[in-house]
Amino acid sequence: MAHGWGFGALVNLDHYGHYVNWHFLSISVSNLVVIVLMVVTFIVALVAPFPGRRSRKRPQ
Amino acid sequence: MTNTEIERQWTSRLRRGVVAKLPPDKLLPDTQPAYVASWIYVFGVTTMAALAIVIATGCVLALGGPQWWHTTWLGHFVNSLHLWSVEIFFFAMVIHLWGKFSMAAWRGGRSLTWVTGAVTFLVSILTAFTGYVSQTNFDSQWIATQAKDGINSTGGGAFFNVLNLGQMLMWHIVLLPIGAVLLTVLHVVMVRIKGVVPPISESAEVTS
Repeated sequence: MAHGWGFGALVNLDHYGHYVNWHFLSISVSNLVVIVLMVVTFIVALVAPFPGRRSRKRPQ
Repeated sequence: MTNTEIERQWTSRLRRGVVAKLPPDKLLPDTQPAYVASWIYVFGVTTMAALAIVIATGCVLALGGPQWWHTTWLGHFVNSLHLWSVEIFFFAMVIHLWGKFSMAAWRGGRSLTWVTGAVTFLVSILTAFTGYVSQTNFDSQWIATQAKDGINSTGGGAFFNVLNLGQMLMWHIVLLPIGAVLLTVLHVVMVRIKGVVPPISESAEVTS
């Protein structure tokens, strides 16, 4: 097997996972990162202007 | 055969019913309402694009087989494409779910649209799970041995044995993808029939 080259070499994954523990909650750092990214993407999707959308003029 | 007989055929009645329910301009519309011009509306189609790549890469993996995807550089690459398209699939689907939940997307007679989406999500989780236990490596063995106790405690292990690689692989590449794709098609058809749900503020303007 080819090891140590290509994109896989950019991040060393050859170790035990890191976990965040808080009371009864235990979650891997990688899963936590994904969840945080989803929340950030969701918020950005709500507030970021969509290209080509014209602002609507509401009647007074 | 008379015209009356032709009109009473099940094919004629089915065609009339389908066209009445979903005319071609509704099935493939040229425009969408102005409120659809928002980033929150792009995650449904992102999910479907990722699903297409998942299926395409899965077909390539099926051609090569486990030996190929474990030992060759191209096999590794396609295997990684399969994994990362699944990651994008779930990433986009969860944001799609949050977006639709926040705008109460079951309004206006769209309950079946909501339900088909929710069931597709559950079927997708099961599809991903059977994929994890079908990798044919130590990771899949670990996941399967951990999962068996949970599933056996429900009594489901008699029918759905996660330690049975052949059964898990068949579920992963035949039954569950068929289910997920059919549900997705039904979901999209329901969106076409009922239209994209408007924001709550738009509905209030219409009803007030």
